[in-house]
Amino acid sequence: MKSRIGLTIYLVLLILPIYWLVNMSFKTNQEILGALSFFPNNFTLDNYQRILTDPSWYSGYINSMTYVAMNMTISLLVALPAAYAFSRYKFVGDKHLFFWLLTNKMAPPAVFALPFFQLYSSIGLFDTHIAVALAHCLFNVALAVWILEGFMSGVPIEIDETAYIDGYKFWNFFLKIYIPLIRSGIGVTAFFLFMFSWIELLLARTLTATESQPIQAIMTRTAGASGIDWGLLSAAGVLTILPGIFVIYFVRNHVAKGFALGRT
Amino acid sequence: MNKIESNKGWLFVLPVFIVVAFSAVIPLMTVVNYSVQDVFDANTRFFTGTEWYRTMLNDPQLQGALVRQFIFSFTILAIEVPLGILVALMMPKKGWQASLSLVLVSLPLLIPLNVVGTIWQIFTRTDIGLMGWGIRELGYAYNISRNSGDAWATIILMDVWHWTPLIALLCYSGLRAIPEAYYQAARIDRASRWAVFRYIQLPKLTNVLVIGVLIRFMDSFMIYAEPFVLTGGGPGSSTTFLSQALTAMAIGQFDLGPAAAFSIIYFLIILAVSFVFYTTIMHMQKDKTTQKTGDS
Repeated sequence: MKSRIGLTIYLVLLILPIYWLVNMSFKTNQEILGALSFFPNNFTLDNYQRILTDPSWYSGYINSMTYVAMNMTISLLVALPAAYAFSRYKFVGDKHLFFWLLTNKMAPPAVFALPFFQLYSSIGLFDTHIAVALAHCLFNVALAVWILEGFMSGVPIEIDETAYIDGYKFWNFFLKIYIPLIRSGIGVTAFFLFMFSWIELLLARTLTATESQPIQAIMTRTAGASGIDWGLLSAAGVLTILPGIFVIYFVRNHVAKGFALGRT
Repeated sequence: MNKIESNKGWLFVLPVFIVVAFSAVIPLMTVVNYSVQDVFDANTRFFTGTEWYRTMLNDPQLQGALVRQFIFSFTILAIEVPLGILVALMMPKKGWQASLSLVLVSLPLLIPLNVVGTIWQIFTRTDIGLMGWGIRELGYAYNISRNSGDAWATIILMDVWHWTPLIALLCYSGLRAIPEAYYQAARIDRASRWAVFRYIQLPKLTNVLVIGVLIRFMDSFMIYAEPFVLTGGGPGSSTTFLSQALTAMAIGQFDLGPAAAFSIIYFLIILAVSFVFYTTIMHMQKDKTTQKTGDS
């Protein structure tokens, strides 16, 4: 019972700042700057309407989702075989390679912002979705290998051996038997890939200008000469949270099933 | 597990190797290249050796940012890890309550970093924000753009709000992996709540905590967007952390050489601290397993 109360208090405190944002997004600016209130007095959808009807606003959401989806696809495709190798094979330099991969997760985006900008400009990828997707691979590939390796180590190697004895070719086995076995691991990995790519600002902002600018960068426009448009800013913020809720809803059971992260 | 000894492994790792080489090694080489040169324009550059490194290591701004960075990272770890474990222990095990609390707890994690800053910027404003207004009403002259103490407290609170869920989520999944039989045995032994935690739950949590602490340390050491939006690094430079100091130098003033040297130093510090974390915790685990086998 005591834990129920504790948890409820924690969750209320957790939701309060988000609630405040949602509350503000349904208010007009006059009301926001007027008196504090827990509910909008003049409930309005104007802020949302402005964002959802103006292409220069909503294209930001499309851009963000495009590069996040690209990044998740690339990261998973390259990380799956690599994680398999780390969990099944002993090869020259495997431990070093693993830690080297991890070092990429440790690389501060601020260090890479300028070199990335120059690299992608020189090969003509500046201001494209794929540039941001590739840049985010810097930390996401390492993370994907790390999490997947944990899940894969939880699958007994006897399964592989049995499959080979039964005459499966490697790729057949990998795609038809192995991948379904670590479904939940892939779900959890996808969740974290989405998360870290979706929330990143510095690289996404540095590598884009107009064509593929993420919503996080567009949001800064709300600060105009006449001060900040709080209502619009709040509505834009709320809309960046929605895809996250969607993703959590899908993986909630997988996350709960437990990371098998039994690596030693 | 018995791993197969075969260099076939390299074949599988190759794609990752190529992607990471492209997105990490080439840019890093550019940084190293800049850090030993003085670049005037595309054609005029001089080799400077370690000069930039020496300048940067003696730079009071960098030193200040570094000290603040360490204080910040260790403070938030000291709060987030115990709090995260506590929250994970309190979360219901099954049913719709479990799903609901999982979704709610994960919510802050999926908010873009600058939106987190925005949320707290609004929430702590004394005119339109609930928290800022509330504290003022209680009689404290709360002001994050004047008082550096307030700014620090707010940034730490923001980070705890934002990232404790990650630790909680990891611990929650670690706890789910404990077989029910362990708890039954503990009940038969009439183990206290604390004993159950100390001898059953905590050991099972070490794995996920290693990951949690490492990720939190690395990410907090690179924190940029949240304080940038909330305080802009101020008042003065009291909440300017390393990433912000670096971006100001590299993109703001375009001082390529010093910024590159700064980058390398910065990266090496994270690398060193993470390495120490990683090996210490791995050794602790190994000791424990050898002890266990020694006992039995």
